Amino acid sequence: MVGKKRVAVIGAGMTKFRRNLKETGKELSYEASKMALDQAGLELSDIKSVVMGTAPDAFDGVHMKGEYLADGAGAWEKPYSRVFVGGGTGVFAVDAGWWHVASGKFDTCLVVGEEKMSSCYPHPAYAFTTIFDQIYSRPLGVTLIWIFALEMHRYMHVHGITKEEIALVSVKNKRNALDHPCAQLGANITVEDVLNSEVLCWPVQRLDISPTSDGAAALVLASEDVAKKLTDDPVWIDGVGWCIDSTYWTNRDLYYPQYVQCAAQMAYKMAGIKNPPKEIDVAEVYDPFDYKELHHMEGLMLARKGQAAKLTAEGVTQRDGDLPINPSGGLLGVGNPIAAAGTMKCCEIFWQLRGEAGKRQVKGDPRTGLAQAWGDLMQYGSVVVMRS
Amino acid sequence: MSEKIKHFPGEELSGRDIREGKIPCIKHRPNVKYLWSAGIAMSRFVEGMKEGKIIGSKCVKCKRIMVPPRAFCEECFRPVDEYAPVKDTGTINTYSVSYVAGDASRIKEPILVAVIDIDGASKGMGILHLLGEISDWKQIKFGMKVKAVWKPSEEREGSITDIKYFKPFEEV
Ligand SMILES: [Zn+2]
Repeated sequence: MVGKKRVAVIGAGMTKFRRNLKETGKELSYEASKMALDQAGLELSDIKSVVMGTAPDAFDGVHMKGEYLADGAGAWEKPYSRVFVGGGTGVFAVDAGWWHVASGKFDTCLVVGEEKMSSCYPHPAYAFTTIFDQIYSRPLGVTLIWIFALEMHRYMHVHGITKEEIALVSVKNKRNALDHPCAQLGANITVEDVLNSEVLCWPVQRLDISPTSDGAAALVLASEDVAKKLTDDPVWIDGVGWCIDSTYWTNRDLYYPQYVQCAAQMAYKMAGIKNPPKEIDVAEVYDPFDYKELHHMEGLMLARKGQAAKLTAEGVTQRDGDLPINPSGGLLGVGNPIAAAGTMKCCEIFWQLRGEAGKRQVKGDPRTGLAQAWGDLMQYGSVVVMRS
Repeated sequence: MSEKIKHFPGEELSGRDIREGKIPCIKHRPNVKYLWSAGIAMSRFVEGMKEGKIIGSKCVKCKRIMVPPRAFCEECFRPVDEYAPVKDTGTINTYSVSYVAGDASRIKEPILVAVIDIDGASKGMGILHLLGEISDWKQIKFGMKVKAVWKPSEEREGSITDIKYFKPFEEV
């Protein structure tokens, strides 16, 4: 076993995801944390450490956001840290929570993912322009959507994948989200709707993209001895992985996320997984854009290079398929409050493995699940493997 | 969300109510400015721009010629050995057609954007830049050869924008 202690997830919670929520980031963090504690049957006094995941300070305009949010995450007078790896934050926060408990240092850890993007007014795109290199990129007027469009186009070109094949991901995830009570953009749409939606930055169209959102999600982690006292139904964190590539994103071939593969290999090795598509029963794969789900399935080795679109067209990734991907509805359907979205994916896997996902429950009796997030300048991968 | 949970926190606000000041909101616009030193390697690069040259850096250990130039090789983790111009031509690695400006507002005349693998640098060493002198973006192809179009030398100021854009060209 990696680590001194085996680590379980014993509770999860989240708020609604919406374009604008009235609650402050601190209040959203409180709501998700309180729900996760209630589900675990714990009081705040039972929590020995706290990890907060939240993305750029520029969204909230509060330049010590981790500290600002601490009270909402139940961190008052506790060991606390904020982690930040861009879009990869929400899953990486769970990786970080794992090492808090696995090290034997803490019996419990509350992991919270929060994002309030609506504060950046009138649009959070303003904040995103400050993530780029100030010397050789920003003077060109680069925006976030350019780099996704460039990556998507490269991926389509190398494998000969069509817009129609990619649009199926958006159709699936938005439909899945209709069964999620917190979802922002659940909808029944067609491939034609996606292809007829506004062209923003070819090949990216309006319905290829997840929305900007406010929201929070949280998980309670506990060591094996504590977990077994509290529940008959713990979900184990059996694999964690994370990896970063260089910010020189124009110096690598964007068709394949090698850094996601590295993160996945780290997690699979730890979990003893040799054949990911056979051994993973359900996965929440990072989908801020529809093509990213396919791109990441390949990076995670859930599909061979260039084959994820084919699996999607065959229905394999539907909720009732052999390898359900994003049964929650993902970022495309549930919404994309950056760090909260990644943590939401970990919550979904927890609920799926406990058989509590209700209308979203995948078929069979899933025993092994995976959650993954991705971020920074198309360079970061974070992965969690869980088992019931 | 677990089926055991029946209450979902989060009170939605309408964007219109916010814009019309119907709900309590506080507005603030910080006035923060930055002035960056271009650094050891990129100072060479922007000085090269003034002279109409794209400067790369070379690591003799891994033999990579890197653009943009670095002061140190991130793979070998040692200083680079030399700075030298690469060509101002290259190949379109990937491209995009943007109808969106930096603030998410919409623009009529699309901006043509590309990653251009630069000739004379190591394989796959691309830079982000714009494309121009293309009447219909459907003429753009992966693998197309392009060449930098420079501002007149008196207008150059030591910036990546001293290259106005890259235009298609035929190799002779
Ligand atoms: Zn080297």
